[in-house]
Amino acid sequence: MMSTKIELNDKKEKKYDIKQLIVRNSVPIMFIVICLGGTIASKLGPAYVLNELIARLDRNLLLVLSLIIPVLAGMGLNFALVIGAMAGQIGLITIKIFDIGGLPGILAATLIATPFAIIFGLGTGSILNRTKGQEMITSLILGYFAMGLYQLVFLLLMGTLIPVKDPEIILPGGIGLKNAIDLNLIKYSLDKIWQPAIMGVKIPVVSFIIIAFFCAVIWFITRTKLGQDFRALGQDINIAKVSGIDVDKTRLIAITISTVLAAWGQIMFLQNIGTLQTYSSHEQVGMFAVAAILVGGASVTKATIGEAILGTILFHTLFIVSPNAGKNLLGDSQIGEFFRAFIAYGVIAMSLVLHAFQKTIMSKAKRD
Amino acid sequence: MKNLWKKSIERYGYPKVYITIFLILLLIIAVIQKQSIPDLLIDSLIRIGMNSILVLAMVPGIVSGTGLNFALSIGILCGILAGCIAIEMRLVGLTAFLVAVLINIPLAAVAGYLYGLLLNRVKGDEMTVGTYMGFSMVSLMSIGWLVLPFKNPDMVWAIGGRGLRVTITLVDKYDKVLDHLIKFKVFDRNLPIGTLIFFGICCLLMWLFLRSKTGAAMIAAGDNQKFAEASGINVNKQRMIGVIISMILGGIGIIVYAQSYGFFQLYQGPLMMPFVAISAILIGGATAKKASIGNVISGVILFQALLTISLPVINKMMPEGNLSEVIRIIVSNGVILYALTKMGGNE
Repeated sequence: MMSTKIELNDKKEKKYDIKQLIVRNSVPIMFIVICLGGTIASKLGPAYVLNELIARLDRNLLLVLSLIIPVLAGMGLNFALVIGAMAGQIGLITIKIFDIGGLPGILAATLIATPFAIIFGLGTGSILNRTKGQEMITSLILGYFAMGLYQLVFLLLMGTLIPVKDPEIILPGGIGLKNAIDLNLIKYSLDKIWQPAIMGVKIPVVSFIIIAFFCAVIWFITRTKLGQDFRALGQDINIAKVSGIDVDKTRLIAITISTVLAAWGQIMFLQNIGTLQTYSSHEQVGMFAVAAILVGGASVTKATIGEAILGTILFHTLFIVSPNAGKNLLGDSQIGEFFRAFIAYGVIAMSLVLHAFQKTIMSKAKRD
Repeated sequence: MKNLWKKSIERYGYPKVYITIFLILLLIIAVIQKQSIPDLLIDSLIRIGMNSILVLAMVPGIVSGTGLNFALSIGILCGILAGCIAIEMRLVGLTAFLVAVLINIPLAAVAGYLYGLLLNRVKGDEMTVGTYMGFSMVSLMSIGWLVLPFKNPDMVWAIGGRGLRVTITLVDKYDKVLDHLIKFKVFDRNLPIGTLIFFGICCLLMWLFLRSKTGAAMIAAGDNQKFAEASGINVNKQRMIGVIISMILGGIGIIVYAQSYGFFQLYQGPLMMPFVAISAILIGGATAKKASIGNVISGVILFQALLTISLPVINKMMPEGNLSEVIRIIVSNGVILYALTKMGGNE
């Protein structure tokens, strides 16, 4: 009874109170201001900024979208996104070995990456099920751990257990993958299918259709029975358990969906970049995606597709303009670069702090 | 045999037993490869002394109930700042080292106090919040290193005359002042006796502190918050003391590290340092809730010996790539991951 009342109040305030609206969306509003200021200070032309922004949206949006479902399911921000990204890279390395290029290459990479992503997702999920309440720190460390295993496999087993000889991708010693692998064979193969230029801004239509399709998929999932289960878990894990939801299984599904989307997201990312930095392309994936969705106004317990899109736009605008803005304002482009790293980490830290504050207040209210 | 295995696992925990076995294996391989065992052992000893105080810094955080201090980098930043101020004052030798330690104490205490205020409001999420607070402070301080008004040409970029260098060398300043404080040569190599004695004194002080009245209250607060509150202990205050001591030790730890290593590493240098200290104490048998001086000593010995010995041994087996670095990542994060799963969920 109490909760429905509060919800009604919320709706009223949303409609009538502009002040509340600003308070609620203070994070994105603040970043809109910073981005506008930064863009002006950077003295970069709008066409340049827009072109860069479109390219970065194309690269990153699917990765950011893959964070939504675990948040709904109450598992917090999935810092283990990097594990999905690794599955995507396994797919890409495989097509490079078999030299399958173009659109068939992308499809083959996706097909190969998917089973890996599912297995990795189930593994991640079962570890996170053992650490309920500490998912975020666990997923972060799990990501680092997985990066170690990934390096072990591609440094030691390539050329020994896995018989690959191609000197273009294997180190001169015959063991281990090279640091950088050229992916020209699939570069832009999604983007350039149809890429009209509107007022000097090139738009990769097909890539955006794919991203829109996944937005629709996520939207659809949230409206099924499974989506209801996710939300029930997100609200209160104990009540969800009592009402007959298989908690562990549902959480497993949530993290697996996220991991698979991340794998596909990394494939889209690298088809736009065109080179695979074997041991570092995936390193920052989790951190940047998480920072982006938080900038858009999401939190540890709430995330929407709109917030993901807005956040990616704002966060990457900041990325494009901050070196130049730093140079023009403070005479040193390095300051701008450190500033954006600070923003990325800082926004995550603030969001985690706010979430913890809310939890403390809630538990106090419960006790009283 | 099976019984012995079970008993040792129960007593020491999986990480310690497995790491010990791994270390023994590495030593056997080193003998087969005809590596110079005395050199390996002395190198290990130097690395153990270098990292020892940083690992000790984990203890007050854990026993006061704030968990593994993933934000130790904040204390480390204070230590580096203090070390740079000592260089700016153009001090050398042991004086410089001691002044750096003295300057570090108020800096780290203030930082620890502010961080403690935050931690007391985010109970239960200390580790997640701490990790990202640490990361963001390291990147904020990266801007700091660029704009702070340091003038000493030994530290500032030669071109432009502004901003500290990425690595600041301590040669001719206080390089190895503790390591070589007491000259003792074995196989023509200096043993870091001074650093080890300093570590011993710090351990002794910590041991005494944990047995003092304040220390006992702190352990009680960390052990069971509700019970401690009921018996009249101010839990928040005890947690605060734990965090402050941890940060101060973090700062001293990096100064000790730097004098032995010979350099300060600024900018992104401190980013992952807390993780190394955390893995070491966990290997020593500590958990996110319990830690002792014994855990510190055995942890730092096992982990640093492993890292030091694995480098030449593995590089000889596999010259391509840096496999020893990969092993460091896997061991270090694997151990932390294991500790997290051991904590269990709070359903």
